[in-house]
Amino acid sequence: MVEHFLIFYNNLFSTMANFCMQVTIATPSLFSKVIVYLQRRGDLVWELIIEHFWLVAISIGIAIVISIIIGVTISYKTGLAMTVLTVCQILMTIPSMAMLGFMVPLFGIGFTTGVIALILYSLLPIVRNTYTGIKEISPAIVESAVGMGMTEWRVLTKIKIPLARPVIMAGIRTATVMIVGIAAIAAYVGAGGLGELIFQGISRSNESMIIVGALGVSIIALAFDFILSWGERRLAAIGKTGEASK
Amino acid sequence: MLRTFWRWLILPLLLITVGFVITIYTVNNPTDSLVARALTYSNVFEALNQHLMLMLVSMIGAIIIGVAIGIMLSRPKLYYIGRGVENIVNVGQTIPSLAILALFFTILGLGFRVAVFALFLYSILPILRNTFAGITNVQASIIESAKGMGMTPLRILTRIELPLAFPIIVAGIRTAIVINVGAATLATFIGGGGFGDLIVTGLAVRRDMVIFTGASLAALTAIILDYIIGQIEERIVRWT
Amino acid sequence: MIKLVGITKKFPGLKKPAVDNLNLEVKEGDVCVLVGPSGCGKTTTMKMINRIHEPTSGSIFINDKDALKMNPIKLRLDIGYVIQEIGLFPHHTIEENVATVPNEKKWPKDKTKQKVDEILTLVGLDPKIYGKRYPSALSGGQRQRVGVARAMVSDPPIMLMDEPFGAVDPITRARLQNEFLRIQERISKTIVFVTHDIDEAIKMGNTIAVMREGKLVQHATPSDLLAAPADEFVASLVGRNRSIKRLHLIRIREILDHLDRPKPATVDMPLNDIRKQLEDSDIRSVMVVDQDNKLKGIIGVNDLKKKAGEVAADYIQELDQSITSDATLNDALSMMLECGEGYVAVINEDDQYQGTITLGDLLNVVKEEG
Repeated sequence: MVEHFLIFYNNLFSTMANFCMQVTIATPSLFSKVIVYLQRRGDLVWELIIEHFWLVAISIGIAIVISIIIGVTISYKTGLAMTVLTVCQILMTIPSMAMLGFMVPLFGIGFTTGVIALILYSLLPIVRNTYTGIKEISPAIVESAVGMGMTEWRVLTKIKIPLARPVIMAGIRTATVMIVGIAAIAAYVGAGGLGELIFQGISRSNESMIIVGALGVSIIALAFDFILSWGERRLAAIGKTGEASK
Repeated sequence: MLRTFWRWLILPLLLITVGFVITIYTVNNPTDSLVARALTYSNVFEALNQHLMLMLVSMIGAIIIGVAIGIMLSRPKLYYIGRGVENIVNVGQTIPSLAILALFFTILGLGFRVAVFALFLYSILPILRNTFAGITNVQASIIESAKGMGMTPLRILTRIELPLAFPIIVAGIRTAIVINVGAATLATFIGGGGFGDLIVTGLAVRRDMVIFTGASLAALTAIILDYIIGQIEERIVRWT
Repeated sequence: MIKLVGITKKFPGLKKPAVDNLNLEVKEGDVCVLVGPSGCGKTTTMKMINRIHEPTSGSIFINDKDALKMNPIKLRLDIGYVIQEIGLFPHHTIEENVATVPNEKKWPKDKTKQKVDEILTLVGLDPKIYGKRYPSALSGGQRQRVGVARAMVSDPPIMLMDEPFGAVDPITRARLQNEFLRIQERISKTIVFVTHDIDEAIKMGNTIAVMREGKLVQHATPSDLLAAPADEFVASLVGRNRSIKRLHLIRIREILDHLDRPKPATVDMPLNDIRKQLEDSDIRSVMVVDQDNKLKGIIGVNDLKKKAGEVAADYIQELDQSITSDATLNDALSMMLECGEGYVAVINEDDQYQGTITLGDLLNVVKEEG
């Protein structure tokens, strides 16, 4: 074991130098290979991008609905909160390959399996943020709303959720960016998407496929992050959790 | 009866036992010969060994270098570079781990070393970010009063900034560990070994038992490690 | 009108009840102030009337209807509710905040808009300026007014107010109190008002309910309370200087007519006349007004030594201490003490001079009553 350490760190700098050198040498040729590949199989790539997008979008859409419902419920039943949040956290800790591994015997391979796994991963960020977002609203605001004669449902829809919106949005953003990556892994169990390119590229030693797949997923992740953080900032400009009335 | 200090070991030990039970059960009761060939004690323990090695080697490096660079960047002169690096790190963390592993494969090929290198670079990100953020978020007034009392910058770093930033740094290490376990499961795709091997084998030969063993062991490892460092984090927070 | 019969509230886990067998009746149109030290149960009592807290035992009758049997939502929609922390919705504009109850009651939009504008004007906030702003853009005093406006907009016959003027500085608080009393004179709602400040209780209440450790100790009018406190506790609460407390009860306009002060000087009055007025004045100064009787300033004996000109206008000093006639004598005293002078000028809303109150006048009042 110690040899591994020593050898590794001994080589660290040379590996890094090697790496940089390789990158600079390889890039031009890789670049042209990628361009060629895109020209040739551009339609396939585009199809996979759309597939990937839908995988993420459908999963996050369902996850948002489920998670907000769970989050709101545990904000009312605080006793459950600890348990529910712990369960969600454990789900998120499980490595994605393992989770997908568990799903296959139960649900087979394919798009649905991927969606189910992605939903399970999205739970924690959104549930937790919904819960904290609601809990952090100044109690005076809620009390004055109830005291004025609002029903609990109206308080929830007109006060609690709007005020918690920025925090919930942050959770949605975290979850979305995370499942873009997991969706790529899900391709291995037949969920489709750009992960296909990566896996096939590895088994066929086709660098262009790998690069297109890897870069594609990265770009999609960054794009979602960018768009959603813009949305988050817009929401945060309206509505604050209660500093105004303290 | 058990001293409260050692109470926290109960859960990890329990989970490790579960892991052993699963392994022993599946190795001794294979559903057919394919499973028997895939699931042998030596296979399982080799997978465990590789997985832990992948994590250990990459994490130690990530911690040392991540904290070191984080400290360096937090120095006043390098602050703006630090903010720039922070942005790069944030972008880097958005990139899915599979993509990073795949890109490294393209450049450096297959193997344990390549996987470790990729994991190392990927795990540095949260540690670096949290170290930098933790130190720079120490209130300026505290540092100023320390300076005024005549502490040298090194003393300030070791006696004030690092202790105050410690909880945040540990949180970063925890994030890195969880990411690392997950990514190490993917190392199988570039020849790094680990539990991913078992899962992939299971998927390839369509034997649920193999998948189950690989997946549960990977999951248990992740949960145990996260729990242990979570407990450490809690105790540290209680100390400060 | 509100009737509390045998009201008790026990919070789970606490041995002592927060409110213990309370019997209280508030007549229609009265302001009943619940006062007492922290933890005496006054806020809890108030919050049981609109069932934010449910009583452990006892009954509440509102206009002879059993409040505990009513639908709580309907009950609350007809009770104005102002809490200490205000609780404005930070993500709604001021207009939207004030319109909350009308919206819950599904009023037509134009009626809502009209009432909202009316009520904002009533509390002294121009709806055109403040309507579309958010609470974070307002000062503490302004937010407090919005809180009151929000409670009043649907014209509820009953209002519950918990330290509604607590979060502002004493001068703004006095102003808000005076404005509120003016409004109450016109509209006459039944109000339950909670405060820990005995002076505020005396000033604002038609009746005062003193509470201690969950029990009602005395329920009386302010003058009865001052004249005959029920026990040591109430006496110490009210304070030793009960006679001085009477200054809270009397408004400036009540004594203004009884005072005998010389007329103020005009801006164009020649110096010799000013000198004569100064000699007659008991405060060694003369108030100066313009043609519309608006107060311009004051001239003291020392000012004349400057030899700056021929008429009054050349010697005028600005006057800070001025007060309106519906303020209490206590407000006048506070102002005198703050400005370090023994007098204060009384003006109306248009800055017109009404008279002068001196420290001596206040002492006379105290001597008379005590």
